[in-house]
Amino acid sequence: MIDYNSVLSDVVKTIEPSGIRKFFDLANGMKDVISLGVGEPDFVTPWHIRNEGVYALEKGKTHYTANAGFLELRQEITNYIERKTGVRYNPNGEVLVTVGGSEAIDLAIRALVNPGDEVLIPEPSFVCYKPCTILAGGVPVPIVTKVEDKFKLTAEKLRAAITPKTKLLILPYPNNPTGAIMTKPELEEIAGVLKDTNIMVLTDEIYAELTYGREHASIVSIPHMAERTIYVNGFSKSYAMTGWRLGFAAAPAPLMKQMLKIHQFAIMCSPTTSQYAAIEALRHGDEDIAKMREEYDCRRRMIVEGFRNMGLSCFEPEGAFYVFPDIRSTKMNSNEFCETLLQKEKVAVVPGTAFGESGEGFIRCSYAYSVSSISEALSRIERFVKSL
Amino acid sequence: MIGEKERILKLIEHNVHLTAEEIAVMVGKDAKYVQDVLDECVENQTILGQKTIIDWEKTERELVSAIIELKVTPQRGSGFDRISERIYQYDEISSVYLLSGGFDLAVIVEGKTLKEVALFVAEKLAPMEEVISTATHFILKKYKAEGVILNKKTEDDREVITL
Repeated sequence: MIDYNSVLSDVVKTIEPSGIRKFFDLANGMKDVISLGVGEPDFVTPWHIRNEGVYALEKGKTHYTANAGFLELRQEITNYIERKTGVRYNPNGEVLVTVGGSEAIDLAIRALVNPGDEVLIPEPSFVCYKPCTILAGGVPVPIVTKVEDKFKLTAEKLRAAITPKTKLLILPYPNNPTGAIMTKPELEEIAGVLKDTNIMVLTDEIYAELTYGREHASIVSIPHMAERTIYVNGFSKSYAMTGWRLGFAAAPAPLMKQMLKIHQFAIMCSPTTSQYAAIEALRHGDEDIAKMREEYDCRRRMIVEGFRNMGLSCFEPEGAFYVFPDIRSTKMNSNEFCETLLQKEKVAVVPGTAFGESGEGFIRCSYAYSVSSISEALSRIERFVKSL
Repeated sequence: MIGEKERILKLIEHNVHLTAEEIAVMVGKDAKYVQDVLDECVENQTILGQKTIIDWEKTERELVSAIIELKVTPQRGSGFDRISERIYQYDEISSVYLLSGGFDLAVIVEGKTLKEVALFVAEKLAPMEEVISTATHFILKKYKAEGVILNKKTEDDREVITL
């Protein structure tokens, strides 16, 4: 009989499973739940993009592409990044097509982090940065962001977190779960702190197309930042292509060379069908994004107002498709609030602690749902809150 | 870029039960502004009414629909308007469109049976003085109507929670 515990990687074993696994299992096992807990668009990939994928299959395009991805796609990605940030990358050597933004994040961390290197991670934030850092042998260092600062990373907090071991800063904006964004002046302050250091930056901009009332600002646009930054983006959230598993990274050639090395050994290439669809998305998908963003914006206002009307303080997000209401006034902790809400009213929302300890006292609610679903969920949550 | 009035109209086009207050929150305006826009649109007939889209195939009602293409003689002083106004007076006619191309007008006729629709065309439409010719196409199956996909799977197949 094999003792699996003795054969498994020690590093893997140190990664803790989600602290709210029990809650997830409960929610997934219940019927007729209205869930505001999903982290992907409710829209389907626009037809013209799907059609390109279908057409590629009909034409028998089922073989590997170049490791880095189709040159045609990398050229479109380069054009896109330049249009959005003003930075021109070389499609040959500085752009990589990945399996979702998730793979790009993993590659970036593995390419940069040595054992013992510290990786600064603003929290609350997406769950993958910490485990990817640990798997690379690094030390994740959370930087707690607060609702009083609109969940932004401040120069002051960044400065306080830097040590001689700091290798990498992760910038996850627009942010999951808070919906916070960083403006250009705020990024300039961050750049000012990093200026005389060797600290690299990984900017995860997967929600960059989903900002409301202002254009997204990227740190690579700040002078002298592109040379120390790995830029990650993708197709999942902006074009509703989550299941296609396609993202991309752009970085200076010496960094990209190493990322490509890992990618070609571990993955070979990103899905071919998805790459064909992505070319169509980048060429003709702007209007689709605008329509989805418009719809999200209406729902965003509706859900923020809904929480405020029921007496819960709710930070107004300016990006992504999440709200992060403050439930501390209910005197329940996040997990307790979510479990009890689920059991009493069959509404699933995500405890803020899923995104870091600093998420305690908050819940994440997605507005990637129809107006009628959001309305019904708000009614039930209000009834629950009033019953406490 | 879509204007504010158009944003409001797009919202109520597919969400008829939204109140002016709810719309106001969603577009970032006050409720009075939204109500004024809606009232103005009703008055100038931009908003013509509310309609429920029904898949009659799922009911006991007998319904046959046909698209009739008409070649007509336009009238001096009124062009195609007068003949169109005469045609749409019939209750059997649910839609009338002026077309470019090989035919002038397309009308949608509804009746209980194929025979009823065919007789309507033969006895009411074709004999009209301005009508030169008709071509009747019976609708066998509706896939999408008024922007709504019929028989669409509405179940949300996403996982209940994903981070």
